[in-house]
Amino acid sequence: MELNQWAFVGALLSIAWLLPVAPIVLNILLAPRRKGEIKSDVYECGVETVGDTWGQIKLQYYLYAIMFLVFDVEMVFLFPWAVAYNALGMGAFLAGAVFILLLIEGLIYAWRKGALEWQ
Amino acid sequence: MTEILIDLGFGEDLADVLAKYLGAGLLAGIFLLLPLFTIWIERKGAARFQMRVGPNRVGPYGLIQNFADVIKLLGKELIFPRNVDRLTFMLAPILMVTSVVGIVAVLPLAPTVIGTDLSIGVLYFISVSSLATIAVVMAGWGSNNKYALLGAFRTVAQLISYEIPLIFSLLIPVLLVGTMSMQGIVEFQGTYWLILYAPTAAVIFLLSNIAEIGRAPFDLIEAESELVAGFMIEYSGMAFAMFYLAEFLHAFLVAVIFAVLFLGGWQGPFAEDLPILGIVYLAAKTFFIYLVMMWVRMTLPRFRIDHLMDFNWKFLVPLSVAHLLVTGFVWRLFPDTDLSGGLFSRLVDEFPRMAVMGLSSVALGIVALSLLRQYAANQRQRILSLTTVDEEYALAITPQTTAQSSVVVVTSGD
Repeated sequence: MELNQWAFVGALLSIAWLLPVAPIVLNILLAPRRKGEIKSDVYECGVETVGDTWGQIKLQYYLYAIMFLVFDVEMVFLFPWAVAYNALGMGAFLAGAVFILLLIEGLIYAWRKGALEWQ
Repeated sequence: MTEILIDLGFGEDLADVLAKYLGAGLLAGIFLLLPLFTIWIERKGAARFQMRVGPNRVGPYGLIQNFADVIKLLGKELIFPRNVDRLTFMLAPILMVTSVVGIVAVLPLAPTVIGTDLSIGVLYFISVSSLATIAVVMAGWGSNNKYALLGAFRTVAQLISYEIPLIFSLLIPVLLVGTMSMQGIVEFQGTYWLILYAPTAAVIFLLSNIAEIGRAPFDLIEAESELVAGFMIEYSGMAFAMFYLAEFLHAFLVAVIFAVLFLGGWQGPFAEDLPILGIVYLAAKTFFIYLVMMWVRMTLPRFRIDHLMDFNWKFLVPLSVAHLLVTGFVWRLFPDTDLSGGLFSRLVDEFPRMAVMGLSSVALGIVALSLLRQYAANQRQRILSLTTVDEEYALAITPQTTAQSSVVVVTSGD
């Protein structure tokens, strides 16, 4: 029964990818195709592209990703807590509050460290 | 639907599977065609906001303009620039649309009309809609274009950041109702809508969702002026149209989700008896929210990227966390109300709890906003004092400069 709920999701997702594929295939069939040296150039506002695109990235993005990861893992634990909340007592609130505040401490630390400043 | 198929002579299991596929196809098809209509609303509305007429040539009030556009895009060449990673380049728009269409499965359209009432519907919504982030990276990486890659990185930074206040504000309905099932959340709102319990959470949810779908004022994803359309730069024809479609469908679905979570979904007079009325109520609420989103989009200018990140990490995240704690605490203070009586008695019984919850939420919102105002005032004061110093400095050095220039004049005259 529980798994049967997911059958619809399976059906939907197996259809859903066809919906964008159909117009794209139709597009490939209908549209003209003329190759050109200049046409297949990288478009960077008319300036010729310099160097390799797939290089290193700025560390900044990495810091945000780590912050996100911390909170995202927290969420996984908070959802069961929230669902069961009505059946639990004041102790559950305190436990949840301590858990959340511990992570907020991490946010404050990162904030003080300057990890949240965009450079 | 299963019964009809069994009557037609299909086996019971086969009929069940077929019914699921038919339902899924119907639902996905309807929702995928909706953007053709909402884009028309958007264009017409945008035009009115800017005192223009908008599309008005093709069909009455330009209604079939979008169909003409689709046909035009079908005839456009699909360009693969040199050195693109063909697989990721082509998979990105497909994954984008698929991830957005996946949300449709858990939308409760009416008391009995829902794709599937998953017991973890809310979590499903978050996980499926955040697949779009991967599509963005694929598009940016696959394009072999620095602007596209830069746009993709920025987009990912924005999307993952704004997911945190989104999920925290989403936890509040889950906490109040005690279930993650979409239908369960709607049923709870037969007495009072959840927006009355947590108006601030509703605002945070809407704001972070607008950022998730990358609309103005959070449209750094596209950023025509800096990144020339960001990760979509190298796409043409239908592949581009798919990104466009996904974006508008996502915007519409976000409005639906907001209506479901905070505005009572299909709840309304007689909706329990007539499912079609439920759909009408939900559509009305959805279009109201869509209008609000359009209004925001037309009114506010785009954020700068550092402001965008600061607004999220230094304002929305702390506020949404504080909101969750306040809501949890105040909710604990009240015993559960018996929600089995008639509507009137339920309204009376539930009122004190709803009022206190709502007031605490509003109070929190006001405190947060006044702190923000205080900070902004300080910043303005600081900048203002800086300019005065500059002016004094400029005044102080002026005579010297003139002296120097007169010296120059004298020497040149010599």
